[in-house]
Amino acid sequence: MTQRTDSAPSPVSPASPVIDAPRSELLQSVVDVARAIFGAEASSVFLLDEEADELVFQAVSGQGEEFLVGRRFPAGRGIAGWVATSGEPMVVDDLSADPSFDRSLAESTAYVPNALMAAPLISDARILGVLEVLDPSPQARSGVRELDLLAMFARQAAAALRVITPERVREAEEHPVLGGPTLAGAQREDALKLLGSLERLLRGVG
Amino acid sequence: MTTTEPAQAPAEPLRPGARTAPGQGLTWSLRGRGPDDVPVLADAGPPLGRPAGPATGRGVRVCVVDSGVERDHPLVGPLAGSWVVVKDGESGGITVEPTTTGDTCGHGTACAGIIRRTAPECEIHSVRVLGERFSGTGDILMAGLRWAVEQRFDVVNLSLSTTRTRFAQELHSLADSAYFARTVIVASAHNTPVESFPWRFASVISVGSHQEDDPELHLYNPDPPVEFFGPGQNVTVPWLGGRTIRTTGNSFATPYVAGLCARVLSAHPRMTAFQLKNALYLSAANVRHAPRPYSPPAGDTGDTRDDSEN
Repeated sequence: MTQRTDSAPSPVSPASPVIDAPRSELLQSVVDVARAIFGAEASSVFLLDEEADELVFQAVSGQGEEFLVGRRFPAGRGIAGWVATSGEPMVVDDLSADPSFDRSLAESTAYVPNALMAAPLISDARILGVLEVLDPSPQARSGVRELDLLAMFARQAAAALRVITPERVREAEEHPVLGGPTLAGAQREDALKLLGSLERLLRGVG
Repeated sequence: MTTTEPAQAPAEPLRPGARTAPGQGLTWSLRGRGPDDVPVLADAGPPLGRPAGPATGRGVRVCVVDSGVERDHPLVGPLAGSWVVVKDGESGGITVEPTTTGDTCGHGTACAGIIRRTAPECEIHSVRVLGERFSGTGDILMAGLRWAVEQRFDVVNLSLSTTRTRFAQELHSLADSAYFARTVIVASAHNTPVESFPWRFASVISVGSHQEDDPELHLYNPDPPVEFFGPGQNVTVPWLGGRTIRTTGNSFATPYVAGLCARVLSAHPRMTAFQLKNALYLSAANVRHAPRPYSPPAGDTGDTRDDSEN
């Protein structure tokens, strides 16, 4: 039950069609690193779309990388939902024996993990989303210590995310500090499109 | 905020005489009344705070404020009541309604299972504050907890907290009311060093997780605000679909302590909230019961250990 504001605008806009290259890069790096730290099969970041009350896959490393980004599910459901609402990290093990585990998520991912760790992305007392690690290596899960590590890493990721959120971009536009030329409207959209194409090109998927 | 009347009347307190009748509280002073007018029949509680074997939680009403509880999970058994807090998107009105939906996540079922395991014969009720639209907005948690306090449950398990300071004052008053009405709120400390409520308040019993394997070990923290630690690492708990999983977190240490409270109360129904806390303190594995140290003659400041809260 941590601060999911119902009044203030969301600091992140998962639904935004604008490709935000630095943010994608950051989130991809977060899931890649999380997966590496815990020797996991997969890792994903969900961001909270408060308007729609949904969690949205924003970046995936490992299983599901190609088709999960952009998928949504109700914010109050499943383990990720509990973490997003409670603001608490959580580790669960022995999940594969459970046929009803997180059905919506399992169906959308076509992958049911045996173990799962999840921590909230909290920055400035606000929940931005959830970082999940699927099937971490047995040595790297289940303990309070590992839970702390994941929570700390998620906190760092959230802080970084907040630094580069669209909200900050908007603020910068409204109060330009350096006095340099600011691209507006269509111009900005074109520039962002260009950036997006560039990123796709660099990542070899465009 | 409106709270609907429950369809089934809340059970009468099962511990007659345990509470001060409402409206007759000794609010401000004892003018015109003496000790004989306010007799109290005390119950010292179990020796060293440890509930005896036969204390199984029977007759104690426990409420789990969480994601709901799966119906008829073999490790939880039947629930005495199942409720949900709902917020109307347009009017903003909040109601508490009976529900047949189980658990939206598994977490509440896990908590209920730990309580059942610890106090097998207690009565478990569930009020779901998660899994509905707007359930993350804090006022749903507030409404669910308030409802539980109004129903005068003996023990409320709250493995949740809010970081939103605008709820802090209201939660504080609610926690104090519960304390005086002998509804013990057992609340999880945040897993990460985050300022949140209501676990920080002295009127609740706050619980974090220790790292020991002993499933029946609890510890007292000489350096609060987290007052107690319970088993929260690698705990096997009931989950959705009648199954079990293993999990870790303060959330799971809390229902163990809630279950302990239910056990103590079942054998000693007249105990107050502060007595209950003392029983947990005395029975904590790290609290030593050394014989009283020799009192030195006046003037000699002997080295007597002080393990009290500062």
